Amino acid sequence: MNVALQKSNRALLMKLGFVVIAMFGFGYALVPFYEKICEVTGLRNIAQADESKSTQVDYARTVRVEFDANVRKLPWTFRPLEAIAGVHPGEVRQVMYEIVNTTDRPMTGQAIPSYAPMQAARYFSKLECFCFSRQTLQAGEKRQMPVVFVIDPALPKDIPTITLSYTFFEVEGGGADGKS
Amino acid sequence: MSSIPHDHATGHAEEPPHAHDDHAHGPHGGIMRWVTTTNHKDIGTLYLCFSLIMFFVGGIMALTIRAELFEPGLQIVHPEFFNSMTTLHGLIMIFGAIMPAAVGFANWMIPMLIGAPDMAFARMNNWSFWLLPPAVILLGVSFFVPGGAAAGGWTLYPPLSTQAGMGMDLTIFAIHIMGASSIMGSINIITTILNLRAPGMTLMKMPLFCWTWLITAYLLVAVMPVLAGAVTMLLTDRHFGTTFFNAAGGGDPVLFQHVFWFFGHPEVYILILPAFGIISSIIPTFARKPLFGYASMVYAVAGIAILSFIVWAHHMFTVGMPAAGLLFFMYATMLIAVPTGVKVFNWLATMWKGEMTFEAPMLFAIGFLFLFTLGGFTGLVLAITPVDIQLQDTYYVVAHFHYVMVAGSLFAFFGGTYYWIPKWTGTMYDERLGKLHFWGSMIFFNITFFPMHFLGLAGMPRRIPDYAQQFADWNMVASIGALGFGLSQLIFLYAVIKCIRGDGAKAPAKPWDGGDTLEWTLPSPPPYHTFETPPVIR
Ligand SMILES: [Cu+2]
Repeated sequence: MNVALQKSNRALLMKLGFVVIAMFGFGYALVPFYEKICEVTGLRNIAQADESKSTQVDYARTVRVEFDANVRKLPWTFRPLEAIAGVHPGEVRQVMYEIVNTTDRPMTGQAIPSYAPMQAARYFSKLECFCFSRQTLQAGEKRQMPVVFVIDPALPKDIPTITLSYTFFEVEGGGADGKS
Repeated sequence: MSSIPHDHATGHAEEPPHAHDDHAHGPHGGIMRWVTTTNHKDIGTLYLCFSLIMFFVGGIMALTIRAELFEPGLQIVHPEFFNSMTTLHGLIMIFGAIMPAAVGFANWMIPMLIGAPDMAFARMNNWSFWLLPPAVILLGVSFFVPGGAAAGGWTLYPPLSTQAGMGMDLTIFAIHIMGASSIMGSINIITTILNLRAPGMTLMKMPLFCWTWLITAYLLVAVMPVLAGAVTMLLTDRHFGTTFFNAAGGGDPVLFQHVFWFFGHPEVYILILPAFGIISSIIPTFARKPLFGYASMVYAVAGIAILSFIVWAHHMFTVGMPAAGLLFFMYATMLIAVPTGVKVFNWLATMWKGEMTFEAPMLFAIGFLFLFTLGGFTGLVLAITPVDIQLQDTYYVVAHFHYVMVAGSLFAFFGGTYYWIPKWTGTMYDERLGKLHFWGSMIFFNITFFPMHFLGLAGMPRRIPDYAQQFADWNMVASIGALGFGLSQLIFLYAVIKCIRGDGAKAPAKPWDGGDTLEWTLPSPPPYHTFETPPVIR
């Protein structure tokens, strides 16, 4: 193999190697890109208050709402003050949660909600929630926080029970700026 | 040309390797020949043998799946093991059988088709093959670690994959290694095709197989690193506290699906384009006419490759996308039918009024044409968003991709093997065995997979070891078909071994009178080093 050919082979190898590295980076670049698209299209704005749709309260119907609280890799205790509530669709309801920082240092956490069954999420509006902002707790601090919500009366009849589940996770480096 | 035997240890220090034109200069003997080889023909053989072994390993997994599904209820394997079987069957067939087979064909044929002495980076070529066995060993070991092998499907979706046991880590490493191997192989192929063509072999004179592989190699270089990134994110989510895909940490499991399918859709063209190239070699030979619409074939392949980057979300219509997104991905997917249709019509036009004969390679090419087109049509059905939402994760999807992967890629590779094995081994294959293999494969393939369309339309979900009573009949038929298909492949194994052992008629340099590409100008089998002085291209 002559030298000129070897040189041009090497050059091509370098170029293609660069493409490989760039595409590896591109895979990671998809992450912020995806988050931006979700934000712009409003697909995943979990840290925003829903609008209050003033509707008729449906007293004829009671939906059982179960409250669930978890922590993930965070040495806090986290619990709802009531575990189950009967809620009429259209009624504005408030529930309290309690978190305790059991460690001897200040820590910051963020709660993420999820719903079961999944299709109930569309009919569950949170007007106020501790999950809209980060929570910073001093060593040993205890805090009670509200969730205010309304269930849309359009909730399909075959969903008698909704579970609202929160998971608290640690935000390293702290800061309580409310952005998730 | 010197024919004096010479001593390796002395007298050649000044010469770069392969600079001498001593064609009697053969390979080392014994096992070390295969471990240390940098010869494109040896490495091609290694790739092809490896993929044949993996084809049978993945096939045994498929038969385990079909045995469990022979009757409703759980009888043969545990559900966890069943899930590992579906997962590993997919991974092994894609990364262990089809892709290495395609690279094997490329290694053997591309230098001979463009008149090059070898691949551009001969030593890297050796590495890219020898990375594969360790990767497969990792997958094998993963069955014996706590928690067992990966069981969340070959697509490795979180949250299952972020919660699975150690087997998932081994699978992730295996994917890293196999990805590195195919990236190295692709860089080699691109450089060989762009820099090593014989004088006069312009790009638009290259056989179409070289074109399809050139474009495939670019696809691999572009998307394999994205897969590596996706599984690296899985790994750091599992062990290093990142939360790319963990909703509790602000991540999103659906993000993985986007990144994965950004790789995954081009990947299906990586699996099929080399097969298109082989079919484009076989049909003109046995129709004894030049390929119809060569330039349009090249543009069609390029068009397919470019479009493949903007259709990925058709795999995830059910995750919840804005209607505009659903429509975009639906129409973009349907658009791919245009260049694919161009190819199918060109193949048909090549056969039109040709003096056709129907040896085994041609039979497989025609089988490919029928069944791949059928799989393409079910792909169009699945591209329709509302239909796909209904059929997502049913056996209809399983039927669709087996029509394009088995009856598409695999049939083309069978055809390609029969077409070129006289060249590779110097021995003609047994035509009776080849025909028997074809008809066995053709009939049992359809018995296995055609009923899956019905099962899917009736709502049978995929990747579940048990099913409702009403699916029992067609599942039994499919399982019987699968056994028949598996046994038919033993005929292929036997036919190949016969050729390797030289048990058969001696192959002439050009066994097919329609063949007009460069490999047929060489003797069968070709000498260890070929085209060290470039051939003259008319
Ligand atoms: Cu796709």
